[in-house]
Parts: sequence; structure tokens; C-alpha cells
Amino acid sequence: MSNVIGIGAAPRRKEDFRFLTGRGNYVADIKRVDMTFGVFIRSQHSHAVIRGIDKAPALALPGIQAVLTGDDVAADGLGSLPCGWGIHGSDGLPMKEPPFPMLAQGKVRFVGDMVAFVIADTLELARAAAEAVVIDYEVLPSVVGVLEAVRPGAPQLFDDVPNNLCCDWELGDKVAVATAFKKAAHVARLSLVNNRLIGNPMEPRAAVAEYNGGTGHYTLWTTSQFPHVVRFLMSALVLKIPEQKMRVVAPDVGGGFGVKQFHYGEEAVITWAAKRVGRPIKWVADRSEGFISDRHGRDHVTEAELALDQNGKFLALKVVTLANMGGYLSTFGPNIPTNLYGPLLSGVYTTPAIYCNVKVIFTNTVPVDAYRGAGRPEATFVVERLVDVAAKEMGIDRVELRRRNIIAKESYPYQTPVLVEYDSGDPMGCLEGALAEADVAGFAQRKAASERDGKFRGLGYSTYVEACGLAPSRFAGRLGARGGLYESATVRVHPTGQVTVLIGTHNHGQGHETTFAQIVSEKLGVAFDNVDIVFGDTDRVQFGMGTYGSRSLVVGGAALSKASDKVVLKGKKIAAHLLEASEHDIQFEAGVFSVAGTDRSKTFQEIAGAAYVPHDYPLEILEPGLEEQAYYDPVNFTYPGGCHIAEVEIDPETGIVTLEKYTAVDDVGTVINPMIVEGQLHGGIVQGVGQALYENAVYDDVSGQLLSGSFMDYTMPRADHLPNMTIKTHSTLCTHTPMGVKGCGEVGTIGSPAAVINSVVDALSHLGVLHVDMPATPNRIWRVIQDATMPRAAE
Amino acid sequence: MRSFAFHRPTTLYEMSALLGGVADSMPLAGGMTLLPTIKQRLAAPAALIDLSNIPQLHGISAQADVLTVGAMTRHVDVAESELVRSKIPLLASLAAGIGDPAVRNRGTIGGSVANNDPSADYPAAVLALDATVVTDRREIAAVAFFRGLFETALEPGEIITAVRFPVPSAGGYAKFKSPASRYAVVGVCVAKKAGKVRVAVTGAGPGVFRVAVMEAALERTFTPDAIAAIKLGAENLSSDIHADAEYRAHLVTVMAKAAVKSALQTS
Ligand SMILES: Cc1cc2nc3c(=O)[nH]c(=O)nc-3n(C[C@H](O)[C@H](O)[C@H](O)COP(=O)(O)OP(=O)(O)OC[C@H]3O[C@@H](n4cnc5c(N)ncnc54)[C@H](O)[C@@H]3O)c2cc1C
Repeated sequence: MSNVIGIGAAPRRKEDFRFLTGRGNYVADIKRVDMTFGVFIRSQHSHAVIRGIDKAPALALPGIQAVLTGDDVAADGLGSLPCGWGIHGSDGLPMKEPPFPMLAQGKVRFVGDMVAFVIADTLELARAAAEAVVIDYEVLPSVVGVLEAVRPGAPQLFDDVPNNLCCDWELGDKVAVATAFKKAAHVARLSLVNNRLIGNPMEPRAAVAEYNGGTGHYTLWTTSQFPHVVRFLMSALVLKIPEQKMRVVAPDVGGGFGVKQFHYGEEAVITWAAKRVGRPIKWVADRSEGFISDRHGRDHVTEAELALDQNGKFLALKVVTLANMGGYLSTFGPNIPTNLYGPLLSGVYTTPAIYCNVKVIFTNTVPVDAYRGAGRPEATFVVERLVDVAAKEMGIDRVELRRRNIIAKESYPYQTPVLVEYDSGDPMGCLEGALAEADVAGFAQRKAASERDGKFRGLGYSTYVEACGLAPSRFAGRLGARGGLYESATVRVHPTGQVTVLIGTHNHGQGHETTFAQIVSEKLGVAFDNVDIVFGDTDRVQFGMGTYGSRSLVVGGAALSKASDKVVLKGKKIAAHLLEASEHDIQFEAGVFSVAGTDRSKTFQEIAGAAYVPHDYPLEILEPGLEEQAYYDPVNFTYPGGCHIAEVEIDPETGIVTLEKYTAVDDVGTVINPMIVEGQLHGGIVQGVGQALYENAVYDDVSGQLLSGSFMDYTMPRADHLPNMTIKTHSTLCTHTPMGVKGCGEVGTIGSPAAVINSVVDALSHLGVLHVDMPATPNRIWRVIQDATMPRAAE
Repeated sequence: MRSFAFHRPTTLYEMSALLGGVADSMPLAGGMTLLPTIKQRLAAPAALIDLSNIPQLHGISAQADVLTVGAMTRHVDVAESELVRSKIPLLASLAAGIGDPAVRNRGTIGGSVANNDPSADYPAAVLALDATVVTDRREIAAVAFFRGLFETALEPGEIITAVRFPVPSAGGYAKFKSPASRYAVVGVCVAKKAGKVRVAVTGAGPGVFRVAVMEAALERTFTPDAIAAIKLGAENLSSDIHADAEYRAHLVTVMAKAAVKSALQTS
């Protein structure tokens, strides 16, 4: 068969042609007849009571359509933004879940909280009107850090959430851990901060909403990673619109990284407002607005302890974390620092007892939710840093200590003490591969050369695992998920034998249009160019949970694989009839149905034709048409992981850290398209390096203002910050996904921060430095060196 | 962005008439600072007077030991100019280190000097080289031109037409870039001429300033070691999320040494 491009090939990405030639279709590109423009008025205060809003001066301006506030929302009896997860505390009680109104009701809780929506004929008029609205605030004291938020007397965000504590969550066997610590020959301790990050996808968030008064249908175009979920949450729970009258379209989306996988208030407000003003409305966030309204990520303060026996065997791990939730619970908010964190604390090690306590805390900051990796980079950072601290303190080589504790390949499936069972993996194989690729043997020479230049050089390891392919619904349900986490795919074979796939995941940079087409091309023997992937429109695609948590290939691809199998099954039945053979004797290979042991055959195209022109067709037993659908709900997470090795050089005079070398050897299961996998790893690693060395969302302690609110102050990693990287795979197959895939979207971000910081600490280890918090900025490193080398003042 | 009138005069005379006659008008050079300010609604001029079509504001020329750079000369043009490289190489490398290519392709020396951003690079060179800021009305010595945070000696409606740099016998510029914006966290320009040395620091404080102790030390011995032990106090220096005052004070010495080293290499 011609032009099959299947699993393992690396064709150029199908989607890139339209992007590279400027023909993508993003939400901001959409124009509707009679369209108006909306602007959100956002709180400039981190904590304040709204005493009054005077709309009159704005309503007197030309071209104004409406000014909508929280009072209008309340008057229309609308719901608040739902949280998709309901976790429980160690006391068995449900988390505190104060309402997250779509427009502030009586109080604002972070800089950027939405107070009003102003709609006018042009964007300029809307902006002018927004400036004319007078809001009378009574400013309250605010709190932005978790340590401060739980102190007695701290400002309280909600009357019915004492101490700002949303939930006091725990996992693991506290008693077993306490017992193990008593027997320990050594205990390594570490206090660390996992810095707050802002995702900053290239395309800012945007929405266009339209209401059709004739049919009662609403359409929302939005920059979303999961349009069906937005439809469900918004129509069923917030706006109470019949679901069949609500269409949500997420067209081309310019990057997400998690930032676009939540149901945002802007989406609900604009949809509601479109009906009220009777005209379509467009809103496009500018970059500054994104900084103070896109959900942030990470932001933990952690105390961790690892107990070891005299040979360096891990006996037990204890982790206590304060996790910042920001001002409200976002869609996945409380799930991230708990269910996506605690179960990863076993890492790739045989630690027999683990206990984790997480206090989920409200503060006057942007709500915190999933950002690429979501919970798992935080867990990996704790474990991998602690292993290095233990190695140093016990005088055991870091690699050797890992070797003594890594789960052997033969021990899989491996049940950890923190809920999850790893189905497959070979962390030792990844480690050995990475040691060779990174030329660790030559490090001493490179370090000596750096020393001759007055520089410090360090090497850092991260041997890690993550849980991907979110998620088994049954498992998630037990942990507090309020929805299912399966995926769906339809394979529509046209009479010509060409194929359209309708899939519930969303492609916003990951290359799905290519990867998924390769799966179909391989499975059905159809030319790669004859497969198109459709996604992102609730009126076209049956259903879907969307793209996040490295789930698209693992869960969506599995649904696609299943649906393709169903097409083959039906094709065999048609072929059996046409070839006058038993269905069991029909073989399908490389796009040809044939009768085993004969030369009688029909091509896939002939079978498709017969299905749609059923002149000679088994109508008694089969319906015409060739279109199959599958829903797939995984039985377990997948567990990709690997070994990353970072090598840095530090200039002690300035504190500048330069990443000199980066090596990753990862187990992502079956690789469908190696070029795309490398790209995903590459991008993920860069984001992890960003967290380790550059990025930091900083709030002013007193005013609660975001100090890093633009690219002039929020340091994104740039091409000239990075070396060429060595990225390899060392795969074991997932035992439960149809194609053996494990997913690769987040691995890079999960493994890399620990590798980089471990290399920084290694470079400074001759000064007695045991830990450096992220980001390792020049100022911070200089300060660490000063503190370590400064003679202690005589007492 | 609010709507505004746009004028593109072709003579200095026409320009002055517009700047003097149209209320709330502002000159527009490369727009790298002005346009974002307007977009963020921090400035709302009624009219922009675009300087790009006035021939007198363009071009680089040299007479004897003076290099004259027209106000509308873009950073990229200074960076790539053979004339600049041969006369004052530190200026070319300074311009090459400003922002990123997009900024260098639009931003101008006149806009940068007029704006007097406390982290901008040019002010350090203007002060260290003892340059003269030439306007459509007068000539202003560098020492009298910069007046602290975004403040200069320019009067309303007064336009920089060129900057005249005396050619030094040796000079260097070293900058510690903000990894986010690429502006100077600390930039130090060192220039030597007729036995006199000037050390000008940008980025570290609320405006560009000179360091007399370093100047004196370098006049005695023009080597990095001569100033290695000179530490600035942190008292009057800036602190922000990228660099605290003590670190900035330390960087002034580090960058000053690097600037001297570069001066010795290029002279
Ligand atoms: C991302 C980014 C990074 C940057 N990084 C750096 C950096 O690393 N180092 C650095 O030094 N700079 C940096 N800049 C600033 C840049 O180099 C420009 O020099 C600066 O923006 C001003 O020049 P302009 O020509 O764009 O002036 P404009 O933005 O057009 O004008 C700036 C101001 O000066 C006034 N003005 C302009 N020309 C004149 C004149 N001839 N006479 C009187 N007034 C005038 C204008 O009215 C306005 O008030 C950066 C800018 C950006 C956006």
C-alpha cells in the first residue's frame, strides 16, 4: 500500500504547514457579524471589600453596551465556578470549598480577581468605559505566602475557612514511618521551597461568544485544552444552559501547558453576556492580564526527611508540605498538591514506608492549579534532592546510593506504599544509559578545566518516575474526582477509503494531527495523507476529556487504536461476504483483506466503497457505513520516567549558573514518532530548567502585588540560556495500554528541575552547601557563596 | 491605545512648530519605550511627532577626535558601523548588547538618551566619554544632562539632534544583563583620555553616576587590579527582585574590572 507512515516513523508534522504559512485559526482571528468587544475590570487590590460600584459614568459613554457585575450574576441566579475534585482531610471531612464566583461578590481576593465586564462597540470604547467605572474598595490586609497564611492572626480570606486551611490531607502509613525512623542509622533532612510559576503560553487566553435568539443556541470559541469539559461544567453547573444548546469550540490554540485546562470565569461571563447584549462579544487577554489571571503553578513549602540504614537503604520517607491554592479553588486545584504529589514520593526506589501530609492553603494570590507536570515535578524535586543530601551526609556516592535503592527491572509490577502500582520500567537501564551518554567518566577533566578558569563545575542526577495518562476513572473517583477521565475517538472511513478521526483530546502544539494519523495509517494501511484529525469542537466531536496530564496518546490514542480495531473487524465481515469466505479466515494486513491461504483479496478502499454502496453487501447482518467509535478508560496510570543528568558551570564572581550539558534518557514506552517525542522532551526540559534557574512569580508581602508581572521581570528561559541536549529513549512497554505507550508530554518538566539543582549544589559542595532553592539566580548563588565563605563573626 | 494624531515632519523647523503648537504632543523615535507606554495607557499623547524623516537627525560622522551620532541612529547601525568600531569600539559593542535584535532594529540613541532609563546602557557611555548632547536649541554637557530617574535637562519640546563623543585613548563597557529584559542590572563604562579617567555606572542606582575613587585609582594605574579592592556602599543603590543593593554594589566592582580589561584589550 502506498504512503503508509506508521508507528516509529518521523514524518514532518502535518499541522505545521498552516502555522508556518500564517493560516492558523486562533480565537483572536475569529470575527462575527455585529461583534462587540469586552474588557474585564480586575481588582488592583489583593484583598478588599467592594463597597460600591458606580456604573453610571461608563454607561453614559458612546458605544457602551453593558457593564455587568457580581450583583447582575447574583440577580440572574447563576452558579459559581465548580471545582472538579473534592478531596478529604485526614479527619475524614471534606475540604473547605468556598464559592468561586464568576464575578466578585462583595469581596476581591487577589490582584486580578474579576470585578466587572464592560462591553462596547469597539475595544477602545470598552477600555474607555472600563476606566470610567468607579469602584469603591475598602482595602484589607492581605497574605500571600503559606507560612504567613497559617499563622495565628493572619488575614482571613473566607469567614468560614479558619486559618485559611482548605484541607489537611495525608497519605501513607504514619506509624510504620515513625517506627522506621527509630531504627534509622541516618536521617537526612531538607527544607525547601518549590517556586511559583506562570505558564505563559505564547497565545494569551481569549474567547468569543454568540447567542442565537432564533434557536436558543450558544456558541463559545475559547482557548481551551478541553472544550467538552468546559461545555459540561459551564452549561450544567454555572449558567444552567441545556447542554445540547451549548457549543464550545477550541480552534487552533497556541500552547497550553495546563494554563488552558481549567474552566475560567471569563468563559462563563462572556457566554452569559452575549445573550444579555444580544450581540457576539470578543475578549482577548493582553499579556499583563495573563500574568495576573492565568492560573499559576507549584508554590510549595516543604519539610522532608529520609531515614536510611547503615548501608544506605531507604527505610522511610516523611514529607510535610504547605501548598498554596491562591484565592479560590480552580478546576483541578486541590488535586494537584495531593493526589498528583503524594503518590509519586516513592520515586524509582524501594522505600518501604512513606507518609505525606499536605496542608492546602488559601492566600491572596492568583489561584494555583496544574502547570505542566503538576504535582509530579514537586514530588520528584523533594525525593531527588533528599537522595543527594543523604548521599553527601553519609559519604556514599550519589549514583551508588541510587543503585542501592532503585527498583530492579525484574520487580515490576511494583506496588509502592503510596497507592500506585508501577506496571513496567527499567530505571537502572535509564541510569546506565545516561551515565554513558553524558560522558560522566570525563567529568573530572572538565571540572579541572573549569577550576583553572576560576569556575565551579557540578554534575546533577535525577532518576525519576511519574504517573501519566490521567487517569483510570475508578481510581480517580476514589481519590475525589467528580468526573470521569476516559477518552473517546471516532474513526470515520469515507466511501473513498479516506479517513476522518474525531477525537476528544486537543492539539495545541503536541503534534497530534501527525501522531494520531500515523496510528491510523499503520492500523488501517491507509496513506498518512489520507487521514485527518478533527478535535476541539463539541458539535463535531462526540465527547472528550481533553488534553492534559500526558493523557492524549495514552488515553486518546488508545481509544483511537480501539476504534481502528473495530473498523478492521467490521471490514472483515464485509470482506468475508464479498470474498465468500468465513469471517475467521479473513486476514487483514497492510490495507488488504484476504482469505487465508488464497490469493483472493479486497483492498481497504474496496471494502469502504462496498460499505457505502451496499449493492453487494451483507445487509442482513451488518449496517451499511464504515464508522466506529470507542471510549477508553485506562486500568492504571502509565509510569514513564528516566534519568536526567545536568552539568553546570558557576562563575563565583557573579553567581551566574551556565547549563553546559544536558542528557536525558527516558522510558516513554512505545515511541510513535521519535521526532515529536524528542520535541516534547526538549520543550519539557526547557520548562524545568526555567523553573530551576530563571522563572519566579514573586508577590510583594505587604501589598500583595505581583512584582514579576511582565516579561521584563519574569525570566522566561531563552534559546541562548541552553546548550544542545542529548535526548534518548530507553523504553519498556506499558503492559496495559493498547500500543504499549506511556506518554511523554510532561516527563521533561518533571525530571529536570532536580537534575539542574543537584548539579548546582554539586558545584558548590566544596563550600559545604547542601541545598539551594529555585530559581538559582545569580544573586541567590552569589549570596550562598558569600555566606559559605564569609568568616563567621566572632561571638 | 487611545487615538492620536500622527505627524511626520521633514525639517527641524516643521518639527519644532508641531511640538510647540500641538498640545500634548510627543516626539516618536524608535517607539520601543514610548509605544508600550501608550499601549499600557501610562501615556496618552494627543499627537505623535515622528522624527524618522528628518535628515539632520540621521547618520554617523567623525572629525578629528570627535564622533557624532545622529539622534535617530538605531542601535543596530551603531553596532555595525565601521566608523564607530574604528573610533570608539566600546560604543559599537555597547549597542550590540542592547535588548534583542528587534529592539536594536528600532531603538535609537536619541530615544535612549532622552528617556534616561536608570538601566539603559547609553547613559553610561555618554557620561564616561564626557559626550555632548546636542539639541535643536543648545549643547549640553553629559554631566549636566542626566538628572536622576527618567529626568534630563531637556526642556519641553526640546529635541536631541545628535550626541558628540570625544574619542578616548582607551575605553570599555561591561554589563551584567538582566536575564529577563536584557537591560543593565549593572553596567560600567570606563574611558581614559589625556590622563583623565571616567567611570560611569548605570543600572545600579536611580540614575547614571560616576565613581570618583575608581577614577582616581585608575588614573594612577589603569589595570583591573587597581580597582579590585574598591567596594561601593550599598546605601544608595537599587534593590529589586533580580538583585539586591549589596549584590549590585559587588557587581559594580566586577563590571568595572571587566570594562578596564576590555579597554586594555581594544586600545
Ligand atoms: C524588550 C526591550 C529590551 C530593551 N533592552 C535594553 C537594553 O538592554 N539596554 C538599553 O539601553 N535599552 C534597552 N531597551 C530600550 C531601547 O534600547 C530604546 O533605546 C529605548 O526604548 C528608547 O529608544 P526609542 O528610539 O525606541 O525611543 P522612543 O520609545 O520612541 O522614545 C522614548 C522617549 O524619548 C523621547 N524621544 C525620542 N527621541 C527623542 C529625541 N531625539 N529627543 C528628545 N526626546 C526624544 C520620546 O518622546 C519618548 O518619551 C529595551 C527596550 C525593550 C522594549
